[in-house]
Amino acid sequence: MSRIKNTFNRLKKKNETALIPYIMAGDPDLATTKTLILEMEKAGCDIIEIGAPFSDPLADGPTIQKAAIRSLKNHTSIADVLGLVADVRTTSKIPLILMTYYNLIFHYGEERFVNDAASAGLDGVILPDLPPEEATVLIPLAKKAGLDTIFLLAPTSTEDRIKLVCRVSQGFVYYVSLTGVTGARAGAVQSSIEESLKKIKAATDKPVAVGFGISTPAQAAQIAHWGADGVIVGSALVKVIEEHVGTPELLVRAVEFARTLKQGVLAGHGN
Amino acid sequence: MSMPDKKGHYGIYGGKFAPETLMPALAELEAAYLAAKKDKEFTAELEFYNREFIGRPTPLYFARRLTDHLGGAKIYLKREDLCHTGAHKINNSLAQVLLAKRMGKTRVVAETGAGQHGVATATAAAMFGLDCEVYMGTDDVARQSLNVFRMKLLGTVVRPVDLGSKTLKDAINEAMRDWITNVANTHYVLGTVFGPHPFPMMVRDFQSVIGREAKKQIMKFEGKLPDAMIACVGGGSNAMGLFYEFLEEPSVKMYGVEAGGLGIERGKHAARFAGGSLGVLQGSKTFILQDEDGQIELTHSVSAGLDYAAVGPEHAFYHDSGRIEYTYAVDEEAMEAFDLLSRLEGIIPALESAHAVAYCLKLAPTLGKDKVVVVNLSGRGDKDVMQVAKIKGVEL
Ligand SMILES: Cc1ncc(COP(=O)(O)O)c(C=O)c1O
Repeated sequence: MSRIKNTFNRLKKKNETALIPYIMAGDPDLATTKTLILEMEKAGCDIIEIGAPFSDPLADGPTIQKAAIRSLKNHTSIADVLGLVADVRTTSKIPLILMTYYNLIFHYGEERFVNDAASAGLDGVILPDLPPEEATVLIPLAKKAGLDTIFLLAPTSTEDRIKLVCRVSQGFVYYVSLTGVTGARAGAVQSSIEESLKKIKAATDKPVAVGFGISTPAQAAQIAHWGADGVIVGSALVKVIEEHVGTPELLVRAVEFARTLKQGVLAGHGN
Repeated sequence: MSMPDKKGHYGIYGGKFAPETLMPALAELEAAYLAAKKDKEFTAELEFYNREFIGRPTPLYFARRLTDHLGGAKIYLKREDLCHTGAHKINNSLAQVLLAKRMGKTRVVAETGAGQHGVATATAAAMFGLDCEVYMGTDDVARQSLNVFRMKLLGTVVRPVDLGSKTLKDAINEAMRDWITNVANTHYVLGTVFGPHPFPMMVRDFQSVIGREAKKQIMKFEGKLPDAMIACVGGGSNAMGLFYEFLEEPSVKMYGVEAGGLGIERGKHAARFAGGSLGVLQGSKTFILQDEDGQIELTHSVSAGLDYAAVGPEHAFYHDSGRIEYTYAVDEEAMEAFDLLSRLEGIIPALESAHAVAYCLKLAPTLGKDKVVVVNLSGRGDKDVMQVAKIKGVEL
C-alpha cells in the first residue's frame, strides 16, 4: 500500500484530518528546506508538499511566485529536489509529494522521472497544468513505479470532470477551494466548500484534501470540520518563510506556524 | 484540413495543458465557437464588422519599386497594416469579443506584446460595450508607450507586469491568472495561435480571412497562385492566417520568419526553431526556448510582438512536416528592411512585419522575374517610430 494511502487510513481510524503544508524547495536554500521538512514532521504535520520552482508558475499567486524566484537564484532543479527527497527520506517517515509544473517533468523525461522519484522515496506528484486528458503517458508510468499521481478538482469542475478526476487520481483528490490562483486569503473560507466536498465524497472513496487560500488555524479547522481528509496550506506558510529569510528565526517561526495549523485541524475535526 | 484532432493536437503538438479551473471554460468556449461558426447570424455579423469596421478586404498591393530594386520576383504586399487599429490582430480580437458577448461574458482580458493585440481588443471591447483589462510586460510598456496610451483612451485598464522577462510571456501568465480567477464573467482574448485548445484553432480560423482574400486577389492580378509567401512568426497568427488557405497547394512555398534578435545565442533571440526544443508552456506542447533544466529562457527582439519563448503548435507541426520553412531575421536586418520599405514604397512597416520584409530582400533576388512572392505586411510602424528614433539616436 502506498505511504499516502497508509497515512490517510491511519488518520481516519483516529478520526483526524491530515495537515499538509507546502514549502518551496530551495527557498531560500536546500539545507533550510531539509531542516524545515524534518522539523515540521516532528511538529505533527502528516504529509509534506515540496514545490520545485518553475519560471512560469501560472497557477500561483505572488507569494509562491516570489518563493520560486528565490529558489531559482540557486538554479534549483528537479534533480536537486529528488536529491533532497532522498536525503530527507533516510530519516523521514511521512509521505512527501512534489508539486511543480509539467514542463520540468517532461523535460527531465517522464520515465526517468518516475523511476528516479520512486528510488528517492517520493510518494506522489501534483502538476496543476497537467489535466488527466494530457497525462496518458505519465499515469501508467507512475503507477508502475509506485508513484501516486494526484489530480485536482475546482469549483468550476462539472459532474463529468468530478467523475474523471476521482477515477484517475491516486493517493487523494486535491480540491482547489476557490476559483483563482494560490495565495493567502483573509476572512472566512467560502461556505460553498462544504457542498463541494459532499459532492466529491459522494463520487469517490478516495481521500479528499482541500487547498488554495487556506491561511489560518481557524480556516483549517473549518475545512476539517466540513469533512475534508486533508488540509493543504501553502502561501501562508511560504509568507512566514519570506518574512524571515536571512534571520535565525525562520525555522522556529515556520515550524510554530505549522504546529498551530495542526492544532487547528485537530480542533476542527469532529467538532 | 482535419487538424487539430478532437483533443486539440497537431500531431504531437498542441493540446490542453491547463489548470482544472479552466478546463470547463475551455470546453464551453470550444462548444460556443463551433456553434457560432455554423450560425449564419454570427458569420454574417462578423463579415459585416470585418467590412465596415476593420475595412476588409485589405489590398494586395504590388510593390513596384521594391520589385525593381531587388530585380527578381514580383513582390506583393498583403496590407494588413491598413486594418483599423493598424495590424492583423483585430481580425481575431473583434471575432473573439463578438463570441464572448454571445456567450454572455461581460468582461474580457488580453495579453499584449507590441500593444497591437491590446489595442485591437480594447477597440473591440469599446465597440461592443464590454469591460477590458490588458496585461503587458513592463519592458513592452516602455517601448510601446504609444499603444499603452491608445488602450487607455479606449477605456481599457492596462496592467503592467513586472515579472520574469517583463515581456509577452509574462503578460500571458498574468492574463491566464486573471482568467482563472474571474472565469465566470470573463473571456480571455488570446492574441495568437497559441495557448490551450481551442485557441490555436480558433485564432487561426479568425485570421484565415487574410489568405482567403489574398488567394482571390492574386488570381485576379496574376491569374495564378504565388510561388512563395512570407510572414513573420511571433506566436504565428498572421502567418497561419495567410498560409492556411494555401497549405494544400504544393506549388506555393511558405516561409515563416522568426526574430533572430542579436543572433542565435542563449537569451539573445526568439527563434524557437533555431534554438528551441520540445516542451510545454502556457497550455500548449510546442517548440520552446528553455535551458537544460526546462526553465523558460529570456528572449530578445527589437520587435516586442516577436519577443516570445514559444511558438504556435500548428507551426511546430508544419516545421516537422517540412510544409513551411522557418528562418529568422536579426534585429539589424529588420531595421534595414524597415528603412528600405519606408523609402521605396512609402509604407512604414511594423518592426514585426519588417522581419518578413527582411527575408523577402534575400529571397526575391534569387527568383526569376516571372515568379510571384506575397509578403504579409502584418502591421504598420507608427507604434515603432519612437523606438526606432531612439535606436537611431534621434531626439524627437
Ligand atoms: C504587427 C504585428 N505583426 C506580427 C505580430 C506577431 O504575432 P503573430 O505571430 O501572432 O502574428 C504582432 C504581435 O504583436 C504584431 O503586432
